[in-house]
Amino acid sequence: MIWNALLLALREIRRNLMRASLTVLGIVIGVAAVITMVTLGNGATAQITAQVSSLGSNLVIVRPGQRMSPGQAAGWAPAFKEDDLAAILEAIPAVRSATGTAQRGSSVSYLAESTYTPVIGTTPSYPEVGNWALAEGRFFHDGEQRAGRSVCVLGESVRKALFSGTSPVGEKIRFRGMSCEVIGVLAPKGQSAMGQDQDDVVLMPLKAYQRRVAGRRSRQDIGSLMLSVRDGMSTEKVVKEVSALMRERRALAPNESDNFSVFDTKQIADALSSTTRILTALLGAVAAVSLLVGGIGIMNIMLVSVTERTREIGTRLAIGALESEVLLQFLVEAVALSSFGGLLGIALALIASFGLTQAMNLPFVLDVEIMLLAFAVSAGIGVLFGFVPARRAARLDPIEALRHE
Amino acid sequence: MSQRLDGPLIALRGVTKTYGSGQAAFQALKGVDFDIAAGEFVAVMGPSGSGKSTVMNILGCLDVPSSGEYLFLGEHVENLSRDQRALLRRHYLGFVFQGFNLLARTTALENVELPLLYRGLPLAERHAKARAALDLVGLTGWEHHTPAELSGGQQQRVAIARAIVTQPTLLLADEPTGNLDSERSVEIMQLLTGLNREHGITVLMVTHEPEMAAWASRTLRFADGVVGHDTSSFMGAD
Ligand SMILES: Nc1ncnc2c1ncn2[C@@H]1O[C@H](COP(=O)(O)OP(=O)(O)OP(=O)(O)O)[C@@H](O)[C@H]1O
Ligand SMILES: [Mg+2]
Repeated sequence: MIWNALLLALREIRRNLMRASLTVLGIVIGVAAVITMVTLGNGATAQITAQVSSLGSNLVIVRPGQRMSPGQAAGWAPAFKEDDLAAILEAIPAVRSATGTAQRGSSVSYLAESTYTPVIGTTPSYPEVGNWALAEGRFFHDGEQRAGRSVCVLGESVRKALFSGTSPVGEKIRFRGMSCEVIGVLAPKGQSAMGQDQDDVVLMPLKAYQRRVAGRRSRQDIGSLMLSVRDGMSTEKVVKEVSALMRERRALAPNESDNFSVFDTKQIADALSSTTRILTALLGAVAAVSLLVGGIGIMNIMLVSVTERTREIGTRLAIGALESEVLLQFLVEAVALSSFGGLLGIALALIASFGLTQAMNLPFVLDVEIMLLAFAVSAGIGVLFGFVPARRAARLDPIEALRHE
Repeated sequence: MSQRLDGPLIALRGVTKTYGSGQAAFQALKGVDFDIAAGEFVAVMGPSGSGKSTVMNILGCLDVPSSGEYLFLGEHVENLSRDQRALLRRHYLGFVFQGFNLLARTTALENVELPLLYRGLPLAERHAKARAALDLVGLTGWEHHTPAELSGGQQQRVAIARAIVTQPTLLLADEPTGNLDSERSVEIMQLLTGLNREHGITVLMVTHEPEMAAWASRTLRFADGVVGHDTSSFMGAD
């Protein structure tokens, strides 16, 4: 019987294909919106996860000032010094290696080409801590760091801007009135979780940076510290130990709040993906409203259909259809209609989310579960909103229905 | 339900039908008694408003009497539920309506198949029986036409095919020729007579036209909610 009802329902939809398509528009949009949002959200989350893990999964970052939200510091705060690094390495055995960075935007040029990029002074452990590989050449070593040699390593974006095609290794680039020999190029990493180009960078030994690039007042300053935690050691514990150590070194009284902040990459990832989750939930709610509107549309068209087909219903009842069979027929019709909308919505969502992820440079992460769920929900909407019209049809008096004009 | 071949197919005992209530109450049937034996071809006549359609609706188990008894195959229909009456219609009755009541935009074959669908017959059997019924009413070759593509007489024949495709015990026709010209009407009467004689289907037909009633073996004449005249010598024995 249900099979027959389904055949009847499909026949009815085929007959009024245009009307059926318009009726289910709300459902199509709702389903498409839900799936697209979730797909984009998944893509964004996957990208954030990938970016954060590209930083290194066991990374702890120390920045000046109090943290307002991930990666954002507020108010004036003292900078770090090189001996802070040494103290951390000595006091906290769980830290495998540590590096610090200080940076200043500069115009960098090679022959006629030039670009504006952050010049970063750092230590030789930078690639190890920050999980960087070299595409060519090498990183500077301890000797060059101590001697304050004027050597530098380029990020891929800078290499592209200054050297088209030719290898930069051994060439000299100029910035801030000094020249610097290129000894290596970093392998590209792409955008950071905050949307910055991580490859737009020139790295040089901290000593050389402090002497020749840093401003007069900030000569000894280090902007932020990056610590790499030994495998198997808890980054959370390191965060606590570093906090305690820095408070002690800065002689902060118990009633004073931190004038620095310590966090691990997991926290960044969590904060960023919770933002994405909130956004997804919000848009999901909008989509739910659209589904509700779609359901009301179905109820409306089914009521119209029951009125239009009163004589047909009368005929069926006269022929011997049971109340439950007429109910089932219209219910199945409503469900077929809404599921049809669900399928259209899924198709639309696949096209839209593929296009959007391509345009937004996000990975296209397909979530089959959410598609099945959306389909089930759209079918459920058919049951829910089809019930009242179906019951009205089933309860018609056959004699009056037959007489209906 | 077991078919009692010894008793009458239909027995009405003091059947009344009142529409509305209180001040607006109207008694359309005022005590109707008659029997119909299996195999009869009965014409029901009478002026407009005399209660012909009302009694047909009761006989067709579409409605129940306000008082009195209606026995169909020995079953007290007045005590049955809506769904039980639906099952009686499904298994024993066939209807031909004045307005045909074919499903629009549905082929003749699909229309005729409809009662078989509710009987739960498999597709192949449905097709075969529906084709046979259409052949019987002379519509071979018109299976895939929709009502809009058929003449009035053809539509009425599709409606008859739909009513007889289940081999009903009783065929009820309320003014089956009301919308047709006399030539088509004669065709329909020939068809009904054939079904009655050759297939043993009991036929009850409402008509206004004496020429049509002449095809029947018996005429019940209604007047103001009662049976005024019955041509049959076979009367229900009370
Ligand atoms: N549902 C109803 N509600 C109220 N009155 C009704 C209803 N159905 C029929 N009647 C009344 O009952 C009376 C008998 O109606 P019925 O339809 O049985 O007449 P009929 O003999 O079939 O007439 P016709 O030849 O015009 O079809 C009429 O006066 C009609 O107005
Ligand atoms: Mg009538």
